[in-house]
Amino acid sequence: MRDILKTNVSRRAVLGAGVAGASLLAMPAILRAQDKSLKVGVYGGYFKDSFDKNIFADFTKETGIAVESIAEPTGEAWLVQLEQAAKAGQAPADVSMMSQVAMLKGQSTELWAPLDAAKIPNLSNLIDHFVNKYPDGRLAGVGAVAWYITLVTNTDVFKEAPTSWTALWDPANADKLGLLALVSNSFLLEVTAKTHFGGTNALDTEEGLLKAFEKLAEVKPNVRLWYRDEAQFEQSLKSGEIPMGQYYHDVTGLAAADGQPVRSTFPKEGGIMDSGCWALSRASSKVEEAHIFINYMSQPKIQALLSRKVGTAPTVKRDLIDLTAEEFAAVSSDIDPIIPRYDLYTTKADWLNQKWTEMIAG
Amino acid sequence: MRREAPQKLTDYGPLVFPAGMLIVFFVVPFATMIAVSFFRRDPSGFYTPDFVFDNYARFLSLFFGKVLGFSLFLAVTVAICCVVLAVPFTYLLSRAKRRTQVLWLVALLSILSLSEVIIGFAWSTLFSRTAGITNLLVMLGIMDQPVALNPSFGAVLTAMTYQALPYTVLVLYPALVRLDPTLTEAARTLGASPVKSFFTVVVPALRNTIVATLIMVFIFALGSYLLPQILGRPQHWTLSVLITDQAIYQSNMPFAAAMAVFLVLVTLGLVALTVIAGRKGEAA
Repeated sequence: MRDILKTNVSRRAVLGAGVAGASLLAMPAILRAQDKSLKVGVYGGYFKDSFDKNIFADFTKETGIAVESIAEPTGEAWLVQLEQAAKAGQAPADVSMMSQVAMLKGQSTELWAPLDAAKIPNLSNLIDHFVNKYPDGRLAGVGAVAWYITLVTNTDVFKEAPTSWTALWDPANADKLGLLALVSNSFLLEVTAKTHFGGTNALDTEEGLLKAFEKLAEVKPNVRLWYRDEAQFEQSLKSGEIPMGQYYHDVTGLAAADGQPVRSTFPKEGGIMDSGCWALSRASSKVEEAHIFINYMSQPKIQALLSRKVGTAPTVKRDLIDLTAEEFAAVSSDIDPIIPRYDLYTTKADWLNQKWTEMIAG
Repeated sequence: MRREAPQKLTDYGPLVFPAGMLIVFFVVPFATMIAVSFFRRDPSGFYTPDFVFDNYARFLSLFFGKVLGFSLFLAVTVAICCVVLAVPFTYLLSRAKRRTQVLWLVALLSILSLSEVIIGFAWSTLFSRTAGITNLLVMLGIMDQPVALNPSFGAVLTAMTYQALPYTVLVLYPALVRLDPTLTEAARTLGASPVKSFFTVVVPALRNTIVATLIMVFIFALGSYLLPQILGRPQHWTLSVLITDQAIYQSNMPFAAAMAVFLVLVTLGLVALTVIAGRKGEAA
């Protein structure tokens, strides 16, 4: 140790090392300037892997734009990071897949660069409600994929598939459920409203919301696990430790295809339909590439590929896609879906969060 | 070696580096957090710089009081469990053969290499109905059928104690090794049993070390947010869990910062009380 400290390092060597180090740090910037590339944020894990394997490689082949995929966390953590970075003029990802609530929150600070519809001819393929606009009509985001949260069960424990969300309230299922832990990702208020109060319009007023909370509180004795982390519930569902709950239709389908004793059921009140949008950070300089990317992703054949390989529901119109009835049923359902009341999670966010936490932890 | 007080300004030189690190990695972030805790929250977006007390006002409710109370109770319980287990264990360890000591210390250090996530999932499997330890008890004929031991308070407490125990042992170990063996020998010569000499000689001699260890484990346990989530029911969620919820899932940084500041203040207050009480005890 002492010998190392004694070693004579010349001033020149130190300066040389400094220059070499600085240029090494600057390398990515130089490389970026040369190639056409795009940083795309998608949910980390299984989602990102599927996109890397099935989608991004072909995109690069067709357009010559290299894609660097960034694993983004779920929840609003990514939104916070993008926002902080944009304030400093940085974009950790140019285009990101964002949830609907995150889209609305990003709109309020003009985080999303308005997109030019003329440069996205495939925009006309999309189902209208997957096109996300600023209140003044500028284009904020374009639907990337949609997915369902459904009622899932372990087939060893439940021989018969449940048919309705009312199974959550059934006293026979005491201590058997796994539900999402947050008001803004479980969408259980909407489920309660659709199942017991005739539709999500029942949540328009504060009284309606309180009634839904009251009804939802009745499921508490049935809940064994309120999960934030998906892996936590998925494992317990497969082993039968927690044999029923709400979970993602696509992932459950893949687990069942792997031979796991699980099934996903669309209840007669409908599955919860959630979706992600492609949005461009205002700090990004890759505006041109981003439009090409979003246009590419909005093609019916890419949406069909996503349905087959990733298990997501398409955001383009059904009649444009060559999915067979069977393939379509695997990722979606004809039962009218429960569409979350995203507006509530921006206008009443803190109130809902407070009531929710008090309900489940109280 | 004699220690001399610094004479010249340059004698303070060695302090520059740690002081710099402390400022960059502790003082600045903490000051930022305090500043953010007074910012105005915009529910439909993020926050705007301001000076409002709303975030603190929201915290001052029965609900958050209960959560804070539970968090403190849990951390104190973990600290007491750890010290009660670790003091006799480390005492015996320090009296053991060199080889045995090394083996135990390596094993304990290896626990430190496990992340909280791994510890949480491992215990949730051990406590599960389908694959857990109760299956062993059924095999041995002690129980009729396997049961799930989590989510429960016991599960949270076990995992947190497991996680903090290596730190406890490592903090106690040097003090116990340095403990003069002639003290216990004298006690034994005067007719005290080993157990009696442990409680009347070893424990009082280590009083300050034990108090310091309690405080360290308490603070360590107070920050835990993953284990209560994985192994507990919502009523076992600590304030740290709610802070994470606000910061990550609600993007409500001002409120999260206010809760964190409050937690730090309460912690510092409790530590100060312990230290003052300790001094008074010594004086008496």
